[in-house]
Parts: sequence; C-alpha cells; structure tokens
Amino acid sequence: MAKNDDVKVLGAWPSPFVMRARIALNLKSIDYEFLEETIGSKSQLLLQSNPVHKKVPVLIHGDKPICESLIIVQYIDEVWTSAPSILPSDPYDRAIQRFWAAYVDDKLFASMRQIKSLEGEEKKAMVEQATEGIVLLEEAFEKCSKGKPFFGGDRIGYLDIAFGSILGWLRATEKMGEVKLLDEAKTPRLVKWAGRFCADGAVKDCMPETDKLIELAKVLMAKMKGAPPKQ
Amino acid sequence: MMAEEVKLFRSWSSPFPLRVIWALELKGIPYEVILEDLSNKSSLLLHYNPIHKKVPVLVHNGKSIAESLVILEYVEETWKQTPSLLPEDPYERAMERFWAKFGDDKVLPSLWNVFIKQGKDQEEAMVPAQENLTYLEELLRGKNFFSGERIGFLDLAFGWLANMVSVFEEVMGATVLDNQKLPSLSAWMKNFMDAPIIKESWPPRDKLITKHQALRQAHIEKEAPK
Repeated sequence: MAKNDDVKVLGAWPSPFVMRARIALNLKSIDYEFLEETIGSKSQLLLQSNPVHKKVPVLIHGDKPICESLIIVQYIDEVWTSAPSILPSDPYDRAIQRFWAAYVDDKLFASMRQIKSLEGEEKKAMVEQATEGIVLLEEAFEKCSKGKPFFGGDRIGYLDIAFGSILGWLRATEKMGEVKLLDEAKTPRLVKWAGRFCADGAVKDCMPETDKLIELAKVLMAKMKGAPPKQ
Repeated sequence: MMAEEVKLFRSWSSPFPLRVIWALELKGIPYEVILEDLSNKSSLLLHYNPIHKKVPVLVHNGKSIAESLVILEYVEETWKQTPSLLPEDPYERAMERFWAKFGDDKVLPSLWNVFIKQGKDQEEAMVPAQENLTYLEELLRGKNFFSGERIGFLDLAFGWLANMVSVFEEVMGATVLDNQKLPSLSAWMKNFMDAPIIKESWPPRDKLITKHQALRQAHIEKEAPK
C-alpha cells in the first residue's frame, strides 16, 4: 500500500470519541491500523500528532494528522467519497445533524459522565438533565429518520455515530448509578435504535463491553479518591 | 417559486451572530435582522431555538438553524456563490474546523478568564490565554488571513478577536495580547477590523466598553473575599 494511503487511528478502547473514527472508517470499508494508547500515559506519536490537545483520537492519513472526533468523521466522509455517505446531501439535514452532534458532546455526554460520581439530590438533578436531553434526541430521531432505522436513514450516519458512540458509557452509567437513561416508556424509538446501532457490522467490533467500562470506571474513581479499588 | 426568505436573530453586542452576518454579506445574500434583547427574549426566538435559547438563529424559508459555526457551514453549502468560505481540500477544511473549535473551546474562555479577574488570579490566567494566542500567531505565519489570501471560515470564526481584545484590555487596564510577541496576529486584527463589509459591522465601541465595565465589575464583586 502506498505511503499516502496509510491510515492509522491513535486511540483507546474505552473512548467513545475514538469509536467514532473507527465506525466511519468501517462504514467506508477503509483498512486502518489501530494504535492503542496505554491508559494513563501518552505516546510520543500522540504528543507529536496532537500537540495542542494531546488526546485521542488522532487519524493519521499518510503523514497528516487530523484531530477531534467529529472533524475526523467529516474528513473521512469528504476524502472517501464512495457510498455510503456519512452526512446527508441536503444542507438543512446536514445542519440538523451537526447541531445535535454538538449537543451530544457539549451537553448530554458532559452531564451523563458526572452521574456515577454523584449522590442524592445532585445525582437526581443530573439524571433529570440527561434524560431530558435524551428525550430531545428522541424527537430529533423522529424528524431525522423519517420512519427509517437510523438518524441517517437506511444506514448509519453522522448523528448515529455521534450519539451511538456514547451508548457504552450510557449503559455503564445506568448500571453503576442504578438509573434508567434510555427508557422504553419515554424514548421507545431510541431504545430500538440503540439495539440496531450496536448490532451493526460497522459498530460491533469497536463497541466496548459495558462490564469492562464499569471495571475501568471503578479503577479510575478509586485512583482519584486515593483508595485501593474494591473487589 | 418561493422567494428566498432569510432572517437572522441577533443581539446588538454578541459576536456570534456577527459571524453569520459577515458570511451573508460576503456572499451578497439579502437577509432581515431580528434584534433580540437577551434579557427579554422574544417568543419567536424561543420558538426557533428552544434548546439553547440563544443568538444567532438563522431562519431560511421557515427552517431554523442554531449554533454559529453550524450556520456558517449551512450558508456555505446552500449559497454556493463566491466567495467560498471553506477550502476545497478535505485536509485544509479539517484544519479550519479544528482551529475554529479551538477558538471557541479554548481561546475565548481563556481570554474571558483573564478579563473577569484581577491581581494574582489575573496573572495566572494570563498564562494559558497567551499560550493559546501564540498558537494563532503560528497559524498565521506570514499569511494575510487565517484562510490564506482572503477572508474565509476561520477568519470569520476568529473575527471577534479583532475588536474584543482591545475592549477587554481597555476595560481591565491590562495587556493580554503583546503586539511585539504576536506581530502576525496583531497585523491580522488590524486588517480584519478595517476590511470592507467587516468594518461597517462592529457594534458601537462606547456601548461595548460600558457593557463590559459592568460585567467585569459584577464578576470581581462576586469573587471578592467576604
């Protein structure tokens, strides 16, 4: 394979952001090398290719590094123009998906990840905030999917990738926090969508197992508290 | 055939709607401005942006789009006339998107953090702010504009720097952007400030100063030791 066609993803298995890059490449049937970062340390390659944020994912295409998961997904869509398209063709539909993808990152994921460390009233409030956000996404799903299985229509698209990639942590949060975020009663369409997303060929090999995420979360939380992890 | 109807919700001072105004003006797209008082939001704004309840909102033939950078991409994709705002090359596009996000996620909050503080706290806040500005200096490296030879997406994304840095500096009585250390960035700020279309768009400076004096005062009072 020519040097210019080399595709590498610098990543880590628990990261939903890394998943996004991998799903996009899978959808386009692009072969890539997955370079796994050790959790808790940053490789020279990572520090060189993402000096600004020093974070995963980084897509390295030939010798060019691209950072920020949603920007990577758009780059993949624009470089490999064969089907399937990740973003829809209509500018308004694209804007709607970009809007909700930003919402997932800026609002939903941010509130969701706090839940496992909270208790009592604080936890209740954060759970409410997260579930309200998911209800908004249920409405968005209705509008975007137009009766089809995914936000992107017949196939997984940009917003499916953006939101679906956090499902691993969503389920881990539900188990650890003993809360329901994706509720059959409140968000029935999204419950079904989540099943389809996780089972999709482009997704299932890079979706982390919920129990492994929980194990990791416990280790990280214990480290932060300075206590040895409970058995 | 339905006539194009383009409305833009803005406030008098927010820099984010300005990005959209610049894009529409540069492309010669006629639009109607709806001026919002953000302390008393109209039911129309809340209808079109129920999630964030903020400006800007673009309404194009009845369909609303919120979030300024999302709107910029929409304008670029809908009205394909020149000038194009984003480059053709996917890697160059990714770079502009990356730095625009950096501007909103890092540069602006770090400058704001300097602006609302004083004394030792402000000194400490200067460090990340100046590091962030140094990235922008390197990005410009002898180019006239962030996007190259002429104003593009990334210039529109960073445009707020051209007038707001001097407003912050005047109000807080301190310098955060050293012209000597950041000559390309300083030159870009002057060029952008005075560029055709851009120069007619700035909110009245005296009003901006007054508003920001009150904001800084409020923050300082909030943090004052009891």
